[in-house]
Amino acid sequence: MSTWAERLDNPVSARLRDPAATGYLGIILGAFAAFLAIPPIEARTITWPILVGIVAAALGIWTVTRGRRRLGWGAVAAGLVGIGLGILATHSSTTNLSSAFDSTLVAQTLGFATPLVFAAMGGMFSERSGVVNIGLEGMMLMGAFWGVYGADKGGNWVVGLLVAMAVGGLFALVYAFFAIQLRADQIVGGTAINFLAVGITGFFFIQLYNNNPIPNGVSLLPNVNIPGLSGSLGQAIGDLNILTWAGFVLVLVAYVVLFKTAIGLRIRACGEHPRAADTVGIDVYAIRYACVVLSGVLAAVGGIYLSEGPQGNGTFLFDMTNGRGFIALAAVIFGNWRPFGAFGAALLFGFSSALALKLQVYSQSAGTLFNILPYVLTLIAVAGVIGRTVPPAADGQPYAKQ
Amino acid sequence: MTAPGKSPSPPPAPEEFGDPGTLAARLAVKQRAGGIVIPILTVVFALVISIAVVAATQHSVHTSLVAFKEIFDGAGLNWIAHPTTNLQNLAAYNLSQTLLQTSTLILTGLSVAFAFRCGMFNIGGQGQYFVGLIVANWLGVSFAGMSPLPHILIAMVGGTLAAAAYAGIAGVLKATVGAHEVITTIMLNWIAFWTVSWLIGAGGPLQNSTDPTNPVSNQVAPSARLPDFWGAQGFQGVHIGLFVALACVVVFWILISRTTLGYEVRAVGFNPDAAAYGGINVKKNFIRAMAISGAFAGLAGVIDMLGGATNYQYGQLDVPFSQVGFIGIAVALLGRNTALGTLLAAILFGGLLYGSFHGLGSSSVIDPTLASNIPYIVQGLIVLFIGADVLLMSVWGSRKKLRWRSSKPAGASA
Repeated sequence: MSTWAERLDNPVSARLRDPAATGYLGIILGAFAAFLAIPPIEARTITWPILVGIVAAALGIWTVTRGRRRLGWGAVAAGLVGIGLGILATHSSTTNLSSAFDSTLVAQTLGFATPLVFAAMGGMFSERSGVVNIGLEGMMLMGAFWGVYGADKGGNWVVGLLVAMAVGGLFALVYAFFAIQLRADQIVGGTAINFLAVGITGFFFIQLYNNNPIPNGVSLLPNVNIPGLSGSLGQAIGDLNILTWAGFVLVLVAYVVLFKTAIGLRIRACGEHPRAADTVGIDVYAIRYACVVLSGVLAAVGGIYLSEGPQGNGTFLFDMTNGRGFIALAAVIFGNWRPFGAFGAALLFGFSSALALKLQVYSQSAGTLFNILPYVLTLIAVAGVIGRTVPPAADGQPYAKQ
Repeated sequence: MTAPGKSPSPPPAPEEFGDPGTLAARLAVKQRAGGIVIPILTVVFALVISIAVVAATQHSVHTSLVAFKEIFDGAGLNWIAHPTTNLQNLAAYNLSQTLLQTSTLILTGLSVAFAFRCGMFNIGGQGQYFVGLIVANWLGVSFAGMSPLPHILIAMVGGTLAAAAYAGIAGVLKATVGAHEVITTIMLNWIAFWTVSWLIGAGGPLQNSTDPTNPVSNQVAPSARLPDFWGAQGFQGVHIGLFVALACVVVFWILISRTTLGYEVRAVGFNPDAAAYGGINVKKNFIRAMAISGAFAGLAGVIDMLGGATNYQYGQLDVPFSQVGFIGIAVALLGRNTALGTLLAAILFGGLLYGSFHGLGSSSVIDPTLASNIPYIVQGLIVLFIGADVLLMSVWGSRKKLRWRSSKPAGASA
């Protein structure tokens, strides 16, 4: 399989004949088939979705015959699903459609994706250095509580953010000590971290607030208002939270650090072959410690978004992360341990959450069921039906210095 | 067992090491001792730290000690001093409720332990519990009017098999494409959670038919309910699910120690390569062990449903609802994945959970809602320490074992 860079060097005609390109095109067309039937295009006949879907499926079959079987079948599936969704959409009323699919869907998707992006980037660094981190959930929860506590007592959301990051980092340091220094089983350690976080945040929430809700008027994470954007573009990105924008930057930074710097190379070396990394003089423990602590800091930032962001509104609830740390973990895996992959997965999962909310105009129960999408997709991804996810080779294995 | 010249698997649990010679004999003695000593040390460690945390936040060591004494009483363990069979006695009632929680935790603990013995980490007990619960509810609501014994059996077997099949998905994925069971079972947990939420949610297929505004399932028909053997009018009694759980402890021990299946499962858990070399079908055992593990967790859901709960409502059961499967991990780890150990650990956690919340309802020194978080802290500390027996062994003073262990190369990087 050639790299993207090599493929881009080929002439256009050769690129079009590349089965990978047609496979991806088929998948995109399949998604487009469903997209045709919803606003803003909103074709009211079933012809267009079916036509585009068939083209997508045909491209898929062509890809299969060229040897890229998984990708090809993925495109066929995308085409068929696109046809199905398109037909469904043309059968529902336009008012329902336009209330479910408007530009606020974009803003909501980004809003739901933001905590996932931060936690997923954290998890990715940890796993790239060879430490599995299923404690992301607990680290987020710590960030959610101590962040809102800091903002309440410090009087400023910046204080809250700093407190959340510090607590998240310290909490991750505990995990790192057990997982790296004591070489405890990392899954067991992560499970312990999740238990501890539920207990600690629940305990101190009641201890510090006497079983009352956190008072109103806590300084919240501000939204970034972009003046001059109006209409649907303004609705979509004109009023996003500051952390949402920071998340975009973080993904870029994570990519550059991980794949374009010497530090990133060292991190990946520790995750792939720690003994070799040790041999060439890399301090495996130091790298792993740094990455795990970083994952705690980032997960805590994701957590503070839940309590201090636009949806949380300065409140803390018992166990309020409610599985988002695990979705972030899923995003890391679904994104194949890569920054943009994990970012895309986080967006997809955020989209499914946003859609689950929006689809309640049709039926509340169907909206609930839509929440399983991230998990089913990740299950399919690890099962290797469409493409295969490959973890870092030494992910989850404690390293003993010699 | 001799491994063929393939890459060595991650180091097995300490008690599995066995080098010939006097060193091995000495170690075996120590590890057997460690088998009891480490869990006890862990619990003591975790309790001491928790007492210290409570003492620090309440600014009084005395308050903290009284609070933990009240947790002990709240679990009904003071019943031992004044035994009575009358549930109207507070201690007897508390003990009965602790036993109910213990039955569930025994089963979720056995579930995790069985998968562990095959070298797998079944983190999906929660999802399997939900599947067992909801299928038992569905079967218990359908066939109303059947005679009790077949109805109970149908609901139990149905719920258990459904959970076994559900866990089997993770086993099949591991056996066929090598997907890591931790990831797949986490995903299956949440799939089960949202599916059940949908099933009993507003407009869902299993939502109760009388009150469509309430996200509750239908009540299990009286014919499918597990009879109580210790109870009083107006009090929730202890149902025969406790005996089901105790029977499963025996079944677990027989399966693991006295059958070919258990031998193969342990061999695969010990070293899959060596097991394959010895002619054992590793993939079959992955699937089989996962399904049996799921059956235990599913049975926990079944007895909760047919016993005390009889309908499903989020957060309605006594055991903190979203957590029993996860607590099973702590139970199994503390019980060192043995039948007897799991039983003892389940009693500890059952008492801790019930005693620290409901039992403290009338506490004079500590807010019960505050205390309800203590089990999570204790449990987190226990799991943290049990995963790091190196630390505890050094505390115990087994410097020799520590040095011996750290001289072993770790992981595939060796």
